[in-house]
Formats: sequence, C-alpha cells, structure tokens
Amino acid sequence: MAERILSGSEVVLQALVDQGVEVVFGYPGGAVLPLYDEIFKQNRIRHILVRHEQAAVHAAEGYARSTGKVGVVLVTSGPGATNAVTGLTDALMDSIPVVCLTGQVPTHLIGNDAFQEADTTGITRPCTKHNYLVKDSAKLARTMHEAFHVASSGRPGPVVIDLPKDILVAKAPYLEPSQVQHRTYNPVVKGDRGQIEEALELLASAKKPILYCGGGVINSGSQACKVLTEFTRLTGVPITLTLMGLGAYPASDKQYLGMLGMHGTYEANMAMHDCDVMIAVGARFDDRVTGNLDFFSPGSQKVQIDIDQSSINKNVPVDIGIVGDVGHVLEDMMKIWKAKQHKIEAKALDSWWDEIEGWRGKHCLSYKQPKDIIKPQHVIRRLHALTRDRKTYITTDVGQHQMWAAQHFGFEHPHEWMTSGGLGTMGYGMPAALGVQVAHPDATVICFTGDASIMMNIQECATLTQYRLPVKTVILNNRYMGMVRQWQQLLHGSRYSESYSESLPDFVKLSEAFGFTGMTCNNAADLDDALTKMLEIDGPVILDVAVDDKENCYPMIPSGKPHNEMLLGAETTGDEAIDSDEGMVLV
Amino acid sequence: MKETEISKHTISVLVDNEAGVLARVIGLFSGRGYNIESLTVAEVDASSHQSRITVVTSGTPMVIEQIKAQLSRLVPVHKVSDLTLSGPCVERELALVKVIASGEKRVESLRIADIFKARAVDATNSSFVFEIIGSPEKIDAFIKLMEPLGLSETSRTGVAAISRGTLTM
Ligand SMILES: Cc1ncc(C[n+]2csc(CCOP(=O)(O)OP(=O)(O)O)c2C)c(N)n1
Ligand SMILES: [Mg+2]
Repeated sequence: MAERILSGSEVVLQALVDQGVEVVFGYPGGAVLPLYDEIFKQNRIRHILVRHEQAAVHAAEGYARSTGKVGVVLVTSGPGATNAVTGLTDALMDSIPVVCLTGQVPTHLIGNDAFQEADTTGITRPCTKHNYLVKDSAKLARTMHEAFHVASSGRPGPVVIDLPKDILVAKAPYLEPSQVQHRTYNPVVKGDRGQIEEALELLASAKKPILYCGGGVINSGSQACKVLTEFTRLTGVPITLTLMGLGAYPASDKQYLGMLGMHGTYEANMAMHDCDVMIAVGARFDDRVTGNLDFFSPGSQKVQIDIDQSSINKNVPVDIGIVGDVGHVLEDMMKIWKAKQHKIEAKALDSWWDEIEGWRGKHCLSYKQPKDIIKPQHVIRRLHALTRDRKTYITTDVGQHQMWAAQHFGFEHPHEWMTSGGLGTMGYGMPAALGVQVAHPDATVICFTGDASIMMNIQECATLTQYRLPVKTVILNNRYMGMVRQWQQLLHGSRYSESYSESLPDFVKLSEAFGFTGMTCNNAADLDDALTKMLEIDGPVILDVAVDDKENCYPMIPSGKPHNEMLLGAETTGDEAIDSDEGMVLV
Repeated sequence: MKETEISKHTISVLVDNEAGVLARVIGLFSGRGYNIESLTVAEVDASSHQSRITVVTSGTPMVIEQIKAQLSRLVPVHKVSDLTLSGPCVERELALVKVIASGEKRVESLRIADIFKARAVDATNSSFVFEIIGSPEKIDAFIKLMEPLGLSETSRTGVAAISRGTLTM
C-alpha cells in the first residue's frame, strides 16, 4: 500500500478517527496550536472545551466509564500537562482507559527550560500505565495506535503521548491501525483451564461461599456482568461488590449483600469474615476492603481472578490465582460448572443463608428521617426512587455523600456509577458528569457532591452552560468536610480542625451567574418537590440541599480493625470514639 | 520457604532498548519501596534493540512475586526471569580496586591479589589498580582483605548473570 504522507497533526486526527474517537476533552495552548488548527478544519471529531485540564481528564474518565470506550484528552505543554496529573493518577488507580495527548516544546528545545516546558514523560511515568515522547515523525502513527491498544487492553489505564510542536508540523507517514503490530504488550485473556476446574471444585465443596467482585468485572464489559449474574444465580452463592464494582450485579437481587469494606454493609463484611471459600473476581483486596490484613477472612480458601498478574497475591495470599479476563474466565466457569454438574450442598448453603439473614436483620443502613431536618441518606433514596424509570447515571465527589450514594442508590446495571475510588479525588464529580452527559445526551446524569468538593472544579459550570449539558448537581450540604469531621470526631477528640466550610457561595446566585438554574431545599417536606422539579428542568441545575450537619456515615470499619469489629453507628451504639493509636496513623 | 523470610534474588529482564526504559524499572523499585542491591544494563541484541537488565533484589516470597509481576507488565518488557529460582546460574561481577600503600603492605596486597587471581591493570610506585572478576561474594572478600592494606577506592559493575546449561530466558 502506498504510504500516505500527512502533517503530524493530520496523522494525529486521522488516527483518532480510525480509533473510533468521537469526542476529545481539551484545552488549547501554544504547543498544541497545530492540532487545534486541524480540529478547526474538520468536523469528524467533536472537541469539548473544559475550563481546567484536570477536569478534561475526569470528563474523559466519565465518558470512558459510561461507554466502555477510551476517553481522549488534549492539553498543552507545561502547565496543561501538570494540571492533568491528578486526573491521570485517578484513571490509573481506577483502571480507566484514557489517552491523553500533551503538547511539548519543539524537540530541539527539549531540556533547555524552554517556555512552558515540563518533563511530561518524567512527571507522568508513575501515574500512567505507559507514556510516549514522540521524537521521530516516522513513529507518530504507530505510537498513536499503540497508545489506544495499551490504554484499552489488559488492565486498562491512562496513556500519555507527549507531542513536540515540530512533530505536529512536520510531514509524517500515516499507518492504519491494522498495519501496527504490538510487539510486547499482549495480555493473556483466557484463564488456565486446570486452575478454573480446581477453583470450581473448591466452590462446589464450600459450606460458606462468597463472591467478592470489583471494577474488573465492569471493565471487562456488560457481557461479563451478565455472565457473573447468571453464574451467581446458578450457584446460589451470596455476592458482594466493591465501590468500583457497583452495578456489576443488580442491587435489588436477593443474593446481593451490598457493598463491602470500610463503609460496606454489616452482612457483606461479616460474610467475608466468616466465609470458607471466597472467589474474588476483578477485585484487588484494597485496604478499604480488607481492613486489618492480619484478621481478614481468616478461615477461607481464596480464589482470585484478575487480568493483572500483579494484583494476585499482592496484599492477600490466595490459594488459586487465575490470570485472565474475568469475562472469559466466567464464561468458562459457567460451562464447566454445568458440564460437571457441580452443586453446592443445599443444606450447608441454606444454613449459610440463615446466618446471613441474621446479619441482614440488623438493617445496618437504616436511618430515621425526621419531619424537618433532611437526612443525607434520604436525599439519595428519594432520588433513586424518582429516577427508577429513567436511564440514570450517577457520579459523585469524595466524602460522606459519596459513601451514602454508594450505600443507598441501588445500581442495577454496569456503567451507570462513576466515582473516584482508588485516589479519592475531590473535584471528580462534576467534570465526570459532564463527560457522561456528552456520551449520553438524553440520559439523566446526576452528580452527588459535597459543599467542599464542589468548589474544587466549580469552573466546569461554564462548560455545562456552553454545551447545554443538563447535568443535575445535588449538593448534600452539611457545611462541613463531613468525612474529615467524622474522623476528627471519632479519632481526634472532636477537634474539628479546619473542616468547617466557611464562606460558601450562594449556590443559587452562582448557578444563575453561570447561566442556569440554582435551587435550594431546606426542609424534608419539600424534598420530593424539589427533586422532581430539578429532574423536569431542561438544562443544568445545582440543587443545594441543607442536610443534617451531624450525620455520620455508618457502618464503619475503623482503619486497622477487622471486619467483625464494625461500628454500626448512631442507631445502635451511638457515635463512639475509636480508641486506637494504630487507627490514628492509618488513612 | 517461610512467608516472612527475606531472600536474595537475581532477576533478568529483557527490554526494548528505548528512552526511559531504565527510568521505568528504577521508578518501579523506588515507587513501591523495593530494594535494589545491584543493577546492570546493556544492549545485548543490537538488531532487535533489546537490552538485558540484571537486578539483584531481596524480599519475602510474596514481594519477589510482586516485583516480577510488576516488571512483566511494563510495556517495553519482553521477558522476566528469576535466575535464583530457575536453577543454577553463573553470576559474575567485575571490580576495579585501588590500593595506595608502600613497604610490606604493598607486597602483601600483591600476594593476596595473586591468590584471588586479580590482575594489576595499573601501577605506580605507591599504588595499584587491581581488576578482579568473580561472584559478588568473592569480590566482597577481596575488598575486605584490601581494607587494612591501603584500599582507597573501588568501582564495581554490578552483577551480570545467566543460567547454567541449556536453559535460556
Ligand atoms: C483533592 C482532595 N483533597 C483532600 C481530600 C481529603 N478529603 C476527603 S473527604 C473530604 C471532605 C469532603 O467534604 P464534602 O465535599 O463537603 O463532602 P462530605 O464528606 O461533607 O459529604 C476531604 C477534605 C480529598 N479526598 N481530595
Ligand atoms: Mg460537606
């Protein structure tokens, strides 16, 4: 085939088109002007102008998580790239496929402390899955295609391509994606058959089995979630999901025990603690999930399925570690389970479920909604009820409101829940919602945020207005950095050091200043009306809900404690101080 | 082996010889708090632009497994092989050792060099530079003996290693 010679910028744009990219979230600057010029001349790729580069990455993450596609970011050199670092780290921690194009000073100036030069590949090496600096035009097209391959295959993650300005201007040959072979990076997707058989025999012999599933199932795709659901029903095993895994299994199902971990349900954590066979699927035994490792599920044999070999045996040694794409492995598990006519002994399983029902009987997520003052949990529950018959996507910021959203909004489908799990990035919610809304213009997109978090990327209100993105932002306003206040109350003698939200803006006026609707709600009696009205408005809305400022998020496993030492909170034991020096040093 | 026992491992890593690949490997070790006892790198196949990194590290079995898994998932890495686990291997290091001494000490340093089959590759009236090749332990022993004899400077290459017999990476 005759080589097509294009300009570097044309190569980049053509590669994006050939990779199926429809939208890029970006912010221009000197080093990327040739690319912006190219964007100006075409209409195949839509550019969404955010108001801060961090938001560009979060928007791309929201886009990626809600579609299963790669999110694409374009930023300039120097400050553009450094501003993107938080977003890239966020995407790395949560395994979200993102390709981030950064401008760079021309190759002959690299290393000279040129204007807006930063060592972008050096800075982003630890916060990307991989990165490239393109110094040779001949490698530009190959690098573009390889970046998409690396970002989206295996365990997904962010990839940076640093593009010196002269490379964007110079002529370069174009290669189609099919002309590029990947020499080293070819992750295993099929699991080892022998190990899968062994794992199923273990499961079939279990008396107290549990499935513990995470974001890996969602990353594997809707089909993987479907097979997981079938497998769970076929085996009759209880299932719990991580914060990242919510939606991989329908929350309304009776076999679902709720989320596990620090703010997980009593039944999920107790079942994890007492189980005899644990099957971890696309979950990485994060410290927010395990609590104190010395006491984590002490009596169980463990199977772990993960596409990333390094996730296996990292924190918790497992008996069988299966490397492969969870979707493929689950398909095989289904087939073999049926073919071998495996069955878990019914009597044992029944008595395990009896035990679980006992724990469920604690109703660990219950709260009392008084007549006037609004409980934050109630806002989540009501909005869940009011959006049941709409296609709804939820994003959150970080703090108590995030945990309440995870606990109380029942997710029935994958790809509808976007939250910053691994990095816990305040400021994630609104830009992520923006990205989701771009991908799903007709869906209802709600961002649950806190009075402190919302201030961290508030500038994105302008992006919502510009592109008429009807994101509904609900502030659970407790006038505190609530999660910080909660830890200070429980671990630091109620010394509320710097955690009060002073000088908050008037969110109604602020919304109006940005050109959309702002609303408030201060009384439980008005809540449903306010939520309904918000949903009916054809445009962005910020709804500022004044919630109980003393409410704490329970259940809670304090840092350093085992699963079976959960605090159940106000309803049962009250807000007790946690007496633990060890807990104080942990995060 | 006990789960908590720390042992030393020699790991060979075959990588694409491209800009930044060493920084990725070193960054992985420093970022995750792994130990590097020695590290050597050089291109071993010019036609395919591949380099071989030999890293000597130590840790519990779980940590060593992590190190290998983390190395394997770096994009420019072709192969990772734990020479300590894969059977017997040859480990060699080269050291240049400068001894500044006169009189009896000078003569003694030559005698010991002879026993260790170290060569004097530079000499002045008051100094020698010895070149010694061997296992890291042998070099350690040599350096220790030279200490009281006027040892003034050492330069070591770090370990290069390869499996014995027909086994390849
Ligand atoms: C960028 C960033 N800075 C600091 C923190 C630490 N942090 C975690 S939760 C939290 C408070 C969040 O307050 P708010 O948004 O009001 O949510 P609430 O807990 O009150 O629901 C803080 C400061 C963080 N997670 N991210
Ligand atoms: Mg708050």
